[in-house]
Order: sequence, then structure tokens, then C-alpha cells
Amino acid sequence: MAPVITVERLTIGWGDFVLMHDVSFEVDRGDVFVILGGSGCGKSTLLRHLIGLEQPLGGTIEIAGVGAPRLGDGAPPYGVMFQSGALFGSMTLSENVALPLRSWSGLDAEAIDAVVRDKLRLVGLDGFENHLPAEISGGMKKRAGIARALALDPKLLFLDEPSAGLDPISAVELDELVLSLNRNLGVTTVLVTHELESIFKIASRCIMLDKEVRGIVAAGDPRTLRDTSTDPGVRAFFNRTPRGDA
Amino acid sequence: MDTHADTYSLERRTGEDDATTIVVGGVVGLREAVRFVSELRAQVAGSPGRVVFDLAGLEEIDTAALALLLHEGRRLSPPAELRGARGRVADVLTLYREAPRGSLRECPTGKPVFVQVGEVVEGLWERWLRTLSYVGECTAAVGATLRRPQSVPWRDVVRIMERAGADGLPIVVLISFLIGLIMAFQSAVQLQQFGADVFVADLVGLVVTRELGPLMTAIVVAGRSGAAFSAELGTMTVSEEVDALHTIGLNPFRFLVVPRVLALVLVLPLMTLIADLTGVLGGLLTGVGILDLTPRAYLIETRLALEPWDVFSGVFKSLFFAMAIALIACERGLSTKGGADGVGRATTSAVVTTLFTLVALDAVFTVIFHLYGI
Repeated sequence: MAPVITVERLTIGWGDFVLMHDVSFEVDRGDVFVILGGSGCGKSTLLRHLIGLEQPLGGTIEIAGVGAPRLGDGAPPYGVMFQSGALFGSMTLSENVALPLRSWSGLDAEAIDAVVRDKLRLVGLDGFENHLPAEISGGMKKRAGIARALALDPKLLFLDEPSAGLDPISAVELDELVLSLNRNLGVTTVLVTHELESIFKIASRCIMLDKEVRGIVAAGDPRTLRDTSTDPGVRAFFNRTPRGDA
Repeated sequence: MDTHADTYSLERRTGEDDATTIVVGGVVGLREAVRFVSELRAQVAGSPGRVVFDLAGLEEIDTAALALLLHEGRRLSPPAELRGARGRVADVLTLYREAPRGSLRECPTGKPVFVQVGEVVEGLWERWLRTLSYVGECTAAVGATLRRPQSVPWRDVVRIMERAGADGLPIVVLISFLIGLIMAFQSAVQLQQFGADVFVADLVGLVVTRELGPLMTAIVVAGRSGAAFSAELGTMTVSEEVDALHTIGLNPFRFLVVPRVLALVLVLPLMTLIADLTGVLGGLLTGVGILDLTPRAYLIETRLALEPWDVFSGVFKSLFFAMAIALIACERGLSTKGGADGVGRATTSAVVTTLFTLVALDAVFTVIFHLYGI
């Protein structure tokens, strides 16, 4: 089966500064693919390149059916949720979710309203349609961000640290939601996180980035990496120990 | 030996091997840290050989004071030796010694002046390129808008018109009225000397409609709405809302910039006309109150002095002022970096740049109108 995303020899940086180099990996259809690593190693930056918000210094990214990641006028080929949810503060939750539908679906107002209610119910936010983002919690913002990302039923979803900064119950609920979307709707999901519980629960495959190596230090199933990797950085990460003790 | 009541003590001892021992005792808190270090430095000064800091009598020390003590020790050649630390002092010392070197940030060092100049020039060049790119994006967005007017979020346009226009009108009316009043008062004092009182109406009418009406209105709108645009878009940028627009497939220029430009282009000429009218009314109040002119005489003189072009030229300029305010404010907002601090800087920059641009544009128009005799 052809991969959904193919990344080859990617180099990311600004000017003379190289954040990571020679990064290559593939994401298969149906994967919950996790990009993990310590703070500042470039996880979110890699994600921004995968969705086309930034351009690499070198290498290629290919998304099946899309080609190089593109963002511009037109229905988006994939859904994206940002770390904070990035909801539009002047719009209610239903208006936030309705925006991509109003722009690209061609549905009438009544149908859009029905779809929006359905999407918000899917993420557990029914009853909050008329709330502004400022009136709901951080976890709810992330859920609403996922609902907006799912508005046009994408088959590929990018999530930036969906469970970061949430209480344990909200984090678990979000993990369940990601798994449910993957299993029930067949959404291939690429997500960035450094939450170990989330990684072991939802990831089918992962890559681990390292600030010092400036690239990928490990790739594969997270449990296998935890149990077999000899890399001190990988062992320290999975065993929650300082590097020197790993 | 120096002793500071209930705090710390410092004593200098010289051994047989020329080593100088500074015996530190008591408690050193944050309040005493600066005095402690300056006294420590004085005790160490002039020591010919090795220096030892004896911390056996030190009961407690603040982390900042200990950092300063270690720094003083490292400055010496050879570095001072630390001895006898115990209890909490030893614990804090262990913490410092075990701190990973990489976690301590290097002190920034000054860059050579040529490097600094080069960085400034590079920054200006990059800003110029960004501005060119922004103008290109805006032109493309305007072209797309003209082809598909239904793609404009008209509901936002109306909302922005209300905020920038209706909400800002009271202050525009007040300022233009006062400008007309002050100008008439100042000119009346001069013109009365020549018996040319009635020409106050000519002066106020011409200056208000051709120059001050459009300019003052634009300045007020730049201060109110331009700053608001910049802060709003800046906040959206730093909270990733602009990125989110991209990922929804909506062009931020068409979705955010075009409605603001359209709103100001529609509303500023109307506000300018109202400012012209209230400016003339301000002059009329002075004319009637000070110069004993009748309102009818004042208004007839104003009408005789003004050509339709005088009013139209001000309105014409206001169209360009509106575009300048909206485009500059949106550009600064969309190029915001950092957090709340970045939004503040973007807003300040937007207001300052807009005010300068408005005055420069007004000067350019004045010269062009003069050259063409209009």
C-alpha cells in the first residue's frame, strides 16, 4: 500500500541555522503516527512543514493525492489542529466549525447547522454551540479545534500536542477521541506529542527527534523502541530519566 | 573581623604557605548579598597567592549570594578553593556544582559595530522584501475580490465600518469643530488688524476642506482603528489563528485585510465630509461670536470661497488615506512575532508609520494639486 506521506531527506532551518537535516520517513494509511521528542527538538516545526505553513531548506514532502503540501485558496486537503486550538475568538464554536463548511461545502445554512451540531457532538461539545472560545476550558478548545479540523471530513489529520497542558482525565478523553476517529472514520493521524501515556496508548508508529543529533534518532513502534533501543537519548526519554542515567 | 548583627561575618587569615583564608560565618540572605560580595572582594584584594573560602561557620546562604560568591572565587587566579561547607550550605553548593553546564546560558557579548550595522541593513532589506510581498499579495487579493465580490465577508465589512466609522464619529466631530474654532480665532486676531474679518470664513473653509478636515480625520481613524486593526491581527497571528485560516483554505488577505481596507475606503470619505462641515461650523461660531459677522454672511462668504473641487480634493485624498491606514495596520499586525510584547510593538509601529505616511501623502497631494493648478 502506498504511503499517505513520504518525507525524503528533509532539511529544516532558517538562513544558516539548520534545525534538522536528512529527515526521512513514511506515514501509512490508517496510521496514528506520532512525532515525539524533547522540548525544542523541532517537533512542531516539522509539523508546520508537513502541512505547508513553512518551506524546507531541502528535501521533499509528498502527500498522496496532493503532492507537495499546499495551503491556499480552495478546500484544504487535510485537517489541522493547533496546540492552542487556534479558534477564532470573535466567533462562537458553531461559527468556527461552520467556517470551512460555509466556504467550501456548497451546503445551505440549514444543512451546515446540522453538520456543525454533529461535529461538535462527535467531540463531546454538544450544548456549547453558542459559546465563545474565551468561555470554555483549554481541553474544550482543543476539542473544538478538532471538530473544525474534521468539518470537511478529511482523511488526513494533523494534531499539534493535543493533550499537552490538560488534566489527566481530559488528556485520556482526547486520546480516546483520536483513536475513535482513526478506527471508526479511518482518519490517518499525524500528531506531535511528548506525553508518554498518549504515545503508548494511541501511536501505531513513531519517530523520535533529537536536538543534539538534529534529526531522527529512532523510528518504529514505541513499545519496541522503549524495550530495545540502545540509544541513550531514546532510553532516557522512555524511562523518564536524565540522559546520563539512561 | 567584620560582624553584621545577626547576619554574617567575614574574617581574613593568612597562613604560613601564603594562602589567604576568608572565613565566612553566619547567615547571608538576599538583602545582604550585594554588601557581602563587595566586602568579600575587599578582603580578597591584594592576596598574593592561593585564596580559600572557609564556609564551615556559614549556617545558611541564599542561592543568589552563593552564586555571587562562586563568581568571585572563579575570578581569582588561581580560582579560590571552597572548604568546610556543611548542612544546607553544602546542599545548595552541590546543586550549583551539579547544574549541567549547558543549562546555563552564556552571557551575551557585545557585537562589533560593523556587525550591528550589517544586521540593521539586513533587517531593513528583509522588511522591504516583506513589504513588496505583502503589496503583491494584497493586489492579488483585490483582483480575486473584484472577480468574486461574493467571496468578501460583507458581514465583517459592515461590522468594521460601524466600529471605525459610527463609533469614531463623535471624536472626529469634536476635534474638527475645535480645529475650525481655533483656526478662526487665531486668524481673526490677525485679519481684524486689516479690516479683513470676513476673510476668516475663506481661510477656515479652504484649509478645513482641502487639508485639515481629511488629515485630522485620517489621524483620528489611524489612532483608533489603525491601532485596533494592528492589535487584533497581531493577536490572531501570535495565537496561530492566521495559520488556522491558511489550513482552512482561506486567504488571510482576502479574509482579514480586504474587509478592513474596504470598510475604511467606504467610511473615511463620509467622515471627512462630516469633519469638513463641523470644521466650518467651528469657524462660524468664532465668526459670529468674536467678529460680529452674521451666520448668513459667514456662510455666503464660505460658499463664495469654496469650489466643488476644494471639497472633492479632500474626499479624494481621504480614499488614499484610508488605504494607507488599513494596509499599514494590517501589515504590521500580520508580521507580528513573539507574544504580547510583539503585539504592543506592532501596534506602536503601525501608528507611527501610518501617521508619517499620512503627512507624507498629504504633502505629495498638495504638491501635485499645486503643479496642476487645482
